[in-house]
Amino acid sequence: MRRLINRQPDVVVRFGLMLLPFVAVIIAYMIASEARLSVNPNDKLLPGWSTIAAAIERMAFLPDQRTGSYLLLQDTISSLSRLGIGVAVATLIGGIFGILQGLIPYFRATFNAFTGVLSMIPPLAVLPILFIIFGLGELAKVVLVAVGIAPFIIRDLALRTEEIPHEEIIKAQTLGASTWQIILRIVVPQMLPRLIDGVRLSLGAAWLFLIAAEAIASDSGLGYRIFLMRRYLAMDVILPYVAWITLLAFTLDLALRLFQRIAFRWMYRGN
Amino acid sequence: MTRVTVENVWKVYGDQTVLENINLEIEPGSFIALVGPSGCGKSTFLRMMLGDEAPSRGRILLDGEELDAEPSPDRGVVFQKYSVFPHLTALQNVMLGLEFVASPVMARLFGSRKRAAKAEALDMLTCVGLGHAVHKYPSELSGGMQQRLAIAQALIKKPKILLLDEPFGALDPGIRAEVHEILLRLWRDEGMTVFMVTHDLSEAFKLGTRVIAFDRVRTRPEEMKAYGATVTFDLKVDGKSVPPRPEIRDVLAVAAQ
Ligand SMILES: Nc1ncnc2c1ncn2[C@@H]1O[C@H](COP(=O)(O)OP(=O)(O)OP(=O)(O)O)[C@@H](O)[C@H]1O
Ligand SMILES: [Mg+2]
Repeated sequence: MRRLINRQPDVVVRFGLMLLPFVAVIIAYMIASEARLSVNPNDKLLPGWSTIAAAIERMAFLPDQRTGSYLLLQDTISSLSRLGIGVAVATLIGGIFGILQGLIPYFRATFNAFTGVLSMIPPLAVLPILFIIFGLGELAKVVLVAVGIAPFIIRDLALRTEEIPHEEIIKAQTLGASTWQIILRIVVPQMLPRLIDGVRLSLGAAWLFLIAAEAIASDSGLGYRIFLMRRYLAMDVILPYVAWITLLAFTLDLALRLFQRIAFRWMYRGN
Repeated sequence: MTRVTVENVWKVYGDQTVLENINLEIEPGSFIALVGPSGCGKSTFLRMMLGDEAPSRGRILLDGEELDAEPSPDRGVVFQKYSVFPHLTALQNVMLGLEFVASPVMARLFGSRKRAAKAEALDMLTCVGLGHAVHKYPSELSGGMQQRLAIAQALIKKPKILLLDEPFGALDPGIRAEVHEILLRLWRDEGMTVFMVTHDLSEAFKLGTRVIAFDRVRTRPEEMKAYGATVTFDLKVDGKSVPPRPEIRDVLAVAAQ
């Protein structure tokens, strides 16, 4: 008998194993839902498939009676644009500060401790301040997302930049490069894929901050809808929304990874 | 042609003396092979030549002028590892030195200037036998090809001094002999001064016009901190194909372990 650590599942088994936990959760849900509904047909906690399907149709494929818009589409657009702008701003700030902090001793001496302290502030504790300063509109939510993840991206990228072999930086100088040229031709191109890694890792937190901000003060968005529906115990809407958010997050992550593979082929060639 | 003068150079890290009292007068166009036991400060010496580190005492002069306190294009370098940029193809790696000087803001060339730089880089790549691999990334090249690329990249700047830190340590004997030929040819053509650190004595005598050994003179444990390595052997190798006398070889073998 070979050791467990040396036994590899083949492709078919691997695919089956991958599906297994998902199927198990769905079956567990179905059993529990059936059991509760057979006791009380009006139970709202674990709605059956038909109820969920009806809710999906109502939210996604039929215009809202009051406003005439498709709610799921509208919520998705609101949330994704807030998330997108917030993450883009954090990426830009993180990229610039991270690289300068990792490469330039004077810059590091000035900002290292500062960004370290900033990253310790719980962003949600700052949310009330953001609402007071920026009002209850879009800006506060975008700022929360950006402020929430920028310190992580900065610190992650600064560490990556410091990891560039000293030999490369010396070599560039012997080729006559100035600081600016080193940043432009040596550091930035090698750090862009790392930056994407950092953004991917912080997307989970970005969603958290977005949904928290939408839950507290908003009139659209995926987080807003979920917390609105909570008042009516509308699990038939909340569950598909959660699944939809998960799918969006997963797709974003996948898209970033594919982009990284295609745009930075040198990282994957030959090894 | 550059004359290198090393005057009474010491290097101390904390309370650890690494090098002490190094004095050298290097003729222009020399090929210096630097040997010595591991940890005796050969790389430290090269880093001081580069301007990456400053001597704790003493000074290093190029043609009578104290050398820049930071790396500059008059001193090229090839390290054992990480000498080439992984995100650039072979051709881009070699063109880089030309682009830096000609384009301060963009660090990139366009149009006819780019074509000229490309032609020059291609010549250099052909010179080191990489004419067939110009569009490959370093991770797609073998160890020997990467080191030849690093040499081409350094030489495109026509440095007065070329510093090599165990550049061929990881290469098999066949490839190594090949790269030796390339290096000797370029050294003769360019008239530069070469400093090469090596652990391989036959390599030192084959390539060097002068073999210098660093070692500690005092080796009692209580003396290890206060005293560093210094020049223990300094031999001119004339008639390069003649192997050194056996007794010298033995002494050096001890120094280089
Ligand atoms: N930045 C540093 N700080 C403290 N000590 C250092 C530093 N760099 C080198 N040393 C010490 O200096 C000594 C010489 O190191 P160096 O790398 O120059 O040796 P070397 O002769 O190149 O050895 P090898 O043949 O193994 O490459 C070593 O004892 C090392 O521990
Ligand atoms: Mg060394």
